Order: sequence, then structure tokens, then C-alpha cells
Amino acid sequence: MAALQGFDSLTSGDTVVAQNIAFGILAVVMIVAALRMVTTLNVVHAALYLVIVLAGAAGIFILLGAEFVGVTQVLVYIGAIVVLFLFGIMLTRGALGEDEEANIEKRRMAVLVGVLVLVVTGGAVLDSFGDAAVNRAAPSLTAEIGDSIFSQYIVPFEAVSVLLLAALIGAIVIARKD
Amino acid sequence: MNTLTLAVELAYWQQTTLRAVIGLVAVLLPAGTLVYLFLFKMMSFMQSRLGPMEAGPYGSLQLLAEVGKFLQKEDIVPAKADRVVFKAAPFVVLVSTFLLVLVIPGGPDLVFIDVDTGIFLALAVSSISVIGILMAGWASASKYSLLGALRATGQLIAYELPLVLAVMGVVIQAGTLNMQGIVMAQAQGEIFGFGGIGSPFILTQFLGFAIFLIAVQAELTQPPFDMPVAESELVTGYLTEYSGMRFLMFFIGEFATAGIFAALASTLFLGGWYIPGLDPTDNLFNVIGPMVLMGKIILVSFLIFWFRFTYPRFREDQLQTLAWKVLIPLSLINIVVTGVLKVVF
Repeated sequence: MAALQGFDSLTSGDTVVAQNIAFGILAVVMIVAALRMVTTLNVVHAALYLVIVLAGAAGIFILLGAEFVGVTQVLVYIGAIVVLFLFGIMLTRGALGEDEEANIEKRRMAVLVGVLVLVVTGGAVLDSFGDAAVNRAAPSLTAEIGDSIFSQYIVPFEAVSVLLLAALIGAIVIARKD
Repeated sequence: MNTLTLAVELAYWQQTTLRAVIGLVAVLLPAGTLVYLFLFKMMSFMQSRLGPMEAGPYGSLQLLAEVGKFLQKEDIVPAKADRVVFKAAPFVVLVSTFLLVLVIPGGPDLVFIDVDTGIFLALAVSSISVIGILMAGWASASKYSLLGALRATGQLIAYELPLVLAVMGVVIQAGTLNMQGIVMAQAQGEIFGFGGIGSPFILTQFLGFAIFLIAVQAELTQPPFDMPVAESELVTGYLTEYSGMRFLMFFIGEFATAGIFAALASTLFLGGWYIPGLDPTDNLFNVIGPMVLMGKIILVSFLIFWFRFTYPRFREDQLQTLAWKVLIPLSLINIVVTGVLKVVF
């Protein structure tokens, strides 16, 4: 890694000052953006705050050495999913300004669902990893990820693919009138 | 990776500053060259006129005059616009452009970042510009802008697929996503045992090259794929409300992205900084590599701009049909054939 020469003393040792500072900045930005995303009454602004949160998540993946996952996060979530959100919002309600329909009733439900998801995913992560340390010495290689997906995890991978295909076909079937 | 031995040892912040400055040059120099060489001069010659001739010898300083003109103009924000989003939009487009240049190698040791994901990273960050375009179109509070942004998004999403799939053939052949690895695979490759010219992937992946160039043309929203900025219907689409500096930023973004996509095409299909007959690990390439790459950029962008100035505009439905019914199936076939041949040979 000729390009990252200056980083070597920071990544291979035990003290990871630069990463910790970067993580702190990313975490603060993500939390502020996430709070603004759920409190703003402007739907387009909410989608744009979501971009900041997702970009922060990609940054954290890269900090942890999971480069391929970070790049995929950018390509899939920022480049495709949020773009589709924005596209849909602008096609259906192009008006600028705040949306009156984003009312309090839906928010109670949203808070409930949010807390539920946090508890379930947080519990799952704590349960499976506990306080295991992250191996920062070697960034994960794309080839290794490809190998493990198409050998060890081939069945779950295919199951998810078929599920996505079913969702895709289902959406088309629901959308067409004839 | 062997490291470049310099006469002076540079601290980390010095390396970073150096990279930032070189990155700026690597984005702006090809962009300026393309604007002068193709937009000012080649288009003029194709239309039997001289183009700019007054500023500097042969009009060569016209570009500086244009930039000076844009910088003096008032930065107008429409009264009903969403000010923050309106002002941020050009920066999002420029960030996407500047991140793109990072993965392109200019020589055996001349890399900004030597990452494992390489071309995948480039394709991912190139998709960020769509968000900038949508922000610009929505925040302008103008129907022309919004329609232009929606058309642009529909087009960019449709043509991103053939763009990514066309690259897959090269990745399968090279066996790596790393841009430096792709250059090396072409420099050290052999065609049926003959290694005299290496193995530039344009020979084996010509279909991929053609699909890549068509998709790039559409990604740049330039003719014949310029429905989003169709001046007879939408004024200039999402750019309508922009003036002065911010318009200039979109303009630079467009041409810089053209230059960088040409650099990507040169690296993927034409061997990048390598010229046949020399040792690719030779230190010489750290000096002539960037110039070789620039030559190839001009060659590829000549093709891009030649099509731009020649063909009339596609209709919206023709444009979508070409992407979904022609380019995507063709690139999928290309991937299957390349995969099978890779296993057989």
C-alpha cells in the first residue's frame, strides 16, 4: 500500500488515534443528521439527511477496513435507493416547503417501530459478537468476500437473490393495470 | 507495491497536500483541454467556422476569458428556491467528479489511492452526481428544472447498468478490480502466445468498449442523449436557474467528468499509462505515463465529442429502449461469453 504509507504506523499498532477522531466526527454528524431526518417536515430534506447518514455509515465501514462493504453502501444506498426515494417524492409531490401530512399520529408508530428495530438488531449484534475485537491490521480483500459468498454462504445468498427477484416481480404485478 | 523513491522524504501532511494539488490539476487540465480542443475548435471546424480567434494566439486564451466572465456574474438565487439545497447542489456534483479521479493510475507508482476495489469505487462515486442533479432541479422551484432533473435521473439510472456491466467483462479477464492490476494485466498479457503488444482489452472486449462509450455519452447527458437539457423544450433543464459561479461549477463538472470517463475507458480498454514494447515496471513510466494517458484521453474523448457533434437527439422512449432492450442484454451476453471463455482458456 504505497499510497497509504503514512497511515501504516497508525493502523498496524494498537493506538488508533486517527481512526478514533474520524469515528467521533462521523458519529456526531450521523446522529445530528439522523435526528434532523426524522424531525424535519420537509420530505426532500429528510431524504437528503438520509444521504448524510448513509455516507457516514460507509465511512465507518471504511474505517473498519471493510472497504468493499463501504463502497457497496455508496453504490446501492446513496446511488440507487435514495435516488429512487427522491425520484418518487419529486414525481408525486414536486412542491417546495413543508409537508402538512407528516403529522404526529404516524410519528408515534414510527418511534415504536424504530425502538423495536434498535432493540432487535442491537441485541443480535451484542449476542453474536459481544466484546470481540475488530482485526484492524489487514483490510478485508474483495476476492476473499467473493470466495466466501460463493462457497460458504452460497445457499443464503441464493435465497436472498430469489427473494429480491420475487419482490421485483411482485411490484410489477401490483403496478400494472391490465 | 514498490514505493517511489524521492530525493526528499515527505511528511504525511506534505504528501496529502501534494496529492490534493495533483488531483486538482488532474481534474482541471483534461477538462480545459477538452473544452478548447473539442467544444471550441473541433465543433467549429465541423460547422465550417473558425471558433474563438481573438483571445490569445488562435483563441487559446478564450477559456480564461470565459472563466473570468462567469466569475464576474451575479450569483442569482430564485426568490422561491430552497436556498441551502440550491447552493449545495453544484458542490455535490463536483465532489463526485473529484472522487472519481482518485482511482486512475498515471504510472507504476503514480497513484492517489491504490485500493483493492478500484473500478468499483469509481462507478460507486460516479453515481453520487445524480443526487446533485436532483437537488439542483428540485431546489430551483422551476418546472423546467424539475422536469430536466427527473429526465436526467431516469436516464442516469438506466445507463448506469450497462456502464457497470460493460466493465464486468474487463474485470473477469483481468481477474482484479484494482486499476493498477488491470493495467498490468494488459501490459503483461499475451494474445495467442504473442506478447509483443500486450493484450489491450479493446481487442477482446470490443463490445464492452462500445457499450461503455455509449453509456458514458448518456451519463454525461450530452447529445445525442441530451433530453434532460433539451433547449427547445426545457431551456437548459436542471441548469436553467443557475448563473455565474455555480453554473460554471456544473459546466466544469460536466467536462471534467467527460475527461475522467475517457481516462477510465483508456485504463480499462487501451492499457492506461502503458505503451507496448517497454517494461511496465520501468521507472520511465512514472515520467511519461501521465503523458501517454493524456494522449489516450484525447483519443477517446475525440470519439465521445465526435458523436456529440454529429448525431441528433434521441426521443425519451427511444433513449430508454436503447438502454433496457439493447445495451443491458448485450452486456449480459458479453459477461456470459467472457466468463465461459475465461474458464475454457
